[in-house]
Amino acid sequence: MEARAAVAEATTRGWRLRPLTLAKLAVFAACSVPLVVLVLRAFGFGESLGPNPTESVMDVLGKWGLRLLLVTLAVTPLRTIFAAPLLLGLRRMLGLFAFTYLALHFLVWLTLDRWLDVAAMLEDVAKRPFITVGLTALLLLIPLAVTSTAGWMRRLRRRWQRLHRLIYPAAILACVHYWWQVKADLREPLIYASLLALLLGWRVHRARASARARARSQG
Amino acid sequence: MRHRATHPALRSSEITPEAVYVNRRAILAAAGALVPSLVGALAAETLKYRRNAALSTNEPKNSYEDITTYNNFYEFGTGKSDPAKRSAKFRPVPWTVAIAGEAEVTGTFALEDLLAPHALEERIYRLRCVEAWSMVIPWVGFPLADLIKRFKPTSRAKFVAFRTVQRPAEMPGQRYPVLDWPYVEGLRIDEAMHPLTLLTVGVYGRELPNQNGAPLRLVVPWKYGFKGIKSIVEIRFTERQPPTSWSRSAPDEYGFYANVNPEVDHPRWSQARERRIGGAFLTPPRPTLMFNGYAAQVADLYRGLDLQRNF
Repeated sequence: MEARAAVAEATTRGWRLRPLTLAKLAVFAACSVPLVVLVLRAFGFGESLGPNPTESVMDVLGKWGLRLLLVTLAVTPLRTIFAAPLLLGLRRMLGLFAFTYLALHFLVWLTLDRWLDVAAMLEDVAKRPFITVGLTALLLLIPLAVTSTAGWMRRLRRRWQRLHRLIYPAAILACVHYWWQVKADLREPLIYASLLALLLGWRVHRARASARARARSQG
Repeated sequence: MRHRATHPALRSSEITPEAVYVNRRAILAAAGALVPSLVGALAAETLKYRRNAALSTNEPKNSYEDITTYNNFYEFGTGKSDPAKRSAKFRPVPWTVAIAGEAEVTGTFALEDLLAPHALEERIYRLRCVEAWSMVIPWVGFPLADLIKRFKPTSRAKFVAFRTVQRPAEMPGQRYPVLDWPYVEGLRIDEAMHPLTLLTVGVYGRELPNQNGAPLRLVVPWKYGFKGIKSIVEIRFTERQPPTSWSRSAPDEYGFYANVNPEVDHPRWSQARERRIGGAFLTPPRPTLMFNGYAAQVADLYRGLDLQRNF
């Protein structure tokens, strides 16, 4: 159902200033803000990136990637609870922004942090679970970003929805990645993990409820 | 306002003539007006010290700003900039330190009395954080060994335990149990007596700012930075190895020794390389040196000790 609705939404015509178009513009602007601010800071405008700029940049990109991943996962519950179908039209953009931030987070690690030292990176990936799970989360998201277009939705049909459930393990691994990276202060990772548990818990609850409803109508 | 302690180690002959310091204060005030965030730091009293070139590295020093704005001092918050932003309420004056445990002389002493007999020296040390970054810092202090000798530890004193002040009203980070407050650290007595181990009261020729551990902290340059306990209120001689905050928090990640060692990785990240703070974006990581480059001086302390197990 969801996939068909999404396809319908994605293929609706026109660039008139419908509510969805306006909402998309607003979301695009909002999601760009952290990145624009970061670039400005890197060039000396606004708050300094501090004595360890590479760490600051990775921190900002990683956190916004994770936050947007959670926002993306919040679309379906919010749309259902508030009966706001408009939200679905924003999901792809939110997901692609999350992916962009996380991919940049990885690229900064690769270049500015690891300095393209392949041997050291492979060692990190093999020996350090928090890096392994972070990289796995990003790899899981790549096919989702690639198949996010209307064309791929059409071609994959029902399989598209199944494929895009990879966002669940990816989000779990992203939370674990952040959790394991922190030294002692787990308050912020705990917030994200709790939100994720809530978002996934809602889905489990709804799946069970609809299974029960089906069983009842058949019985 | 920050405190204006007249430093007890000063003799009257060493006191700066009034005309000079009045002028200096005017300059500092002007500078302070231009850079408000540095007012507190610049107002800190300058110290009298000699340079110890023999025990200093020639590597380029980190800036005062790097050293005083990028800190791990969880008592003021877990962000690197928290200590500089959130330590203004902390009052390091007056200050007392308890000397306790296995020693002939024990008691609680005013900081001035504790410091009085010691001549200060500047030592430019590398600092390697367990988080794989490093700095080069001109500390001002004196050998911990010189202080320890005054209190005549007994033959039962095998370790030295240190404790940080606990003042949640002034240290907002202590209101959350991120670590089990107060922060505690410890050294083996031979490590404490090693000439490189510095009891530190200043940085860049000035008294320590709050975020760096005012008014008294430890610097052990061949160990990870967290061994350098800050704002010390107790020094206790013990027969048994004392608990240390980080090893109590995560025993499989942080040991008692915490010697810098590129061959013993932290379970969650490599210790083979480090990022020198203050370099531009485009600075490659540098290799971490055994005992942070102080192996020639300290390797003897650990003869026969399995450093993989005693990390």
